Amino acid sequence: MQYPIDVKNLSKNYSNKAAVKNINFKINKNEILGLLGPNGCGKTTTIAMMLGLLKPTNGIVLIDGEDIEKNRIKLLHKMNFISPYIELPKKLTVKENLIVYGKLYGVKKVLLRIDYLSEKLRLTEFLNKKTGELSSGQKNRVSLAKALINDPKILFLDEPTASLDPETGDFVRTFIEKLSKEREMSILLASHNMDEVKRLCKNVLMMKDGLLIDRGTPNELIKKHGKINLEEVFLKLNRTSNEF
Amino acid sequence: MSFNRIYGLFLRHFFLIKSSLPRILDLIYWPTIQIILWGFISLFFSTYSNYYNNTLGVILTCAILYDFLFRSSISFNMLFLEEIWSRNFTNLFIAPMRISEIIISLVVTALIRTLIGLVPAILITSPLFGISILNLGIPLLFLFLSLYIFGITLGLFVSSGLLRYGPAFENIAWSSLFLLAPLGCIYYPIEILPDMLQTMAKALPLVYIFEEARSILVNQSVDYSNIKNAFILNIFYLFIGIILFYYSFRQARKKGSLINIGE
Repeated sequence: MQYPIDVKNLSKNYSNKAAVKNINFKINKNEILGLLGPNGCGKTTTIAMMLGLLKPTNGIVLIDGEDIEKNRIKLLHKMNFISPYIELPKKLTVKENLIVYGKLYGVKKVLLRIDYLSEKLRLTEFLNKKTGELSSGQKNRVSLAKALINDPKILFLDEPTASLDPETGDFVRTFIEKLSKEREMSILLASHNMDEVKRLCKNVLMMKDGLLIDRGTPNELIKKHGKINLEEVFLKLNRTSNEF
Repeated sequence: MSFNRIYGLFLRHFFLIKSSLPRILDLIYWPTIQIILWGFISLFFSTYSNYYNNTLGVILTCAILYDFLFRSSISFNMLFLEEIWSRNFTNLFIAPMRISEIIISLVVTALIRTLIGLVPAILITSPLFGISILNLGIPLLFLFLSLYIFGITLGLFVSSGLLRYGPAFENIAWSSLFLLAPLGCIYYPIEILPDMLQTMAKALPLVYIFEEARSILVNQSVDYSNIKNAFILNIFYLFIGIILFYYSFRQARKKGSLINIGE
């Protein structure tokens, strides 16, 4: 069976440090996979390799059965990414930014696509506002619109609700949930919000020091480790290091 | 008034400077380049005081041509730096854009930026000083094209450094052209340079471009061999610049600098 995302024996070594150590996982259609781990554990490095931003030292990332290293440009048409550490140009209006990215991704009828996303993400009223003038919740929704401009089949979400108020956070989570079902997307969600992961993700990977140290459904992990919630499991795993 | 607070703020900048070799070099670089450039200009005028007699506007024309080179290179670098400053860099590199598309897009945009600055400068020289750069005639097109190619090439060199080393390379972006100014023989003939520097200068297209501009204005004659030499060198350096840009992109993908370039 061919998975939309298939990561095989993926490793990344920098000159004096192994950032990611021989990890393996797959993501199915219509699945949101959670990637949990403390800061610096290798989550961003893993996502960067999956996006073709970083060359793996070993291993392979297959997107719809094709190697990202060999078909980077072709496969990037199917993917997109959102992270609080990346911004859109502040001096451009929301609409201008979306037009630019629509063009970069080769979106046909980009204005129609912008109208559709604006309505879904409640952006219509500030489409003509400068992106730098928006609140962090509004900027987050604009980044999400940019990440969806090419109607990706694969989406990488790096802390998509970090620093959002509860209402906006809930709006974004509900939106992601619906999106995954309606568009049959494969989503990798890196987050430090355990409730978010439990709500959205069918399966969860636990990462520490570049290794995948456990995996399963949120309930399986809670039961396996005899804890009351995912946060307790996270804390337990990061205080002991048992590679599985 | 607190000495500790004053000392604390001093330390904030001192720590920054002492930990950054580019910043230290930057402090040394500018005075050195200024002294070298104006040293050669002064030497030229004291040796050949009647060289520019009866030829109004040679210096001004060369200044406009040099500014065109400066603007085209800086425009190319600025476009790249804008993406770093706005933390948009990663977004660009996860979009399905080929390196060749990035280069072509920057080349076209840089040309438009450069022309926006250049056209008013050309227009005001005539009413203000009674001089028109258009006096160079048809060869002016070749000179501009040659300067533009070299400007873009320098932009590619600097952007390659930015791609590989991130914003720490920013100072080089601003200073790269001033390094070439003394060797480019913009305001004086190549003979004014010491022998060793003349050899280095001949490896740059600038010498041929500015020599030709002066030749047209002073002697009223066009020497196409200068234009040809400039183009041959330009094509060579442009080729190196493109290779270097591709190489830097590959290195950046290996070292991870595409991920945290804004930091």
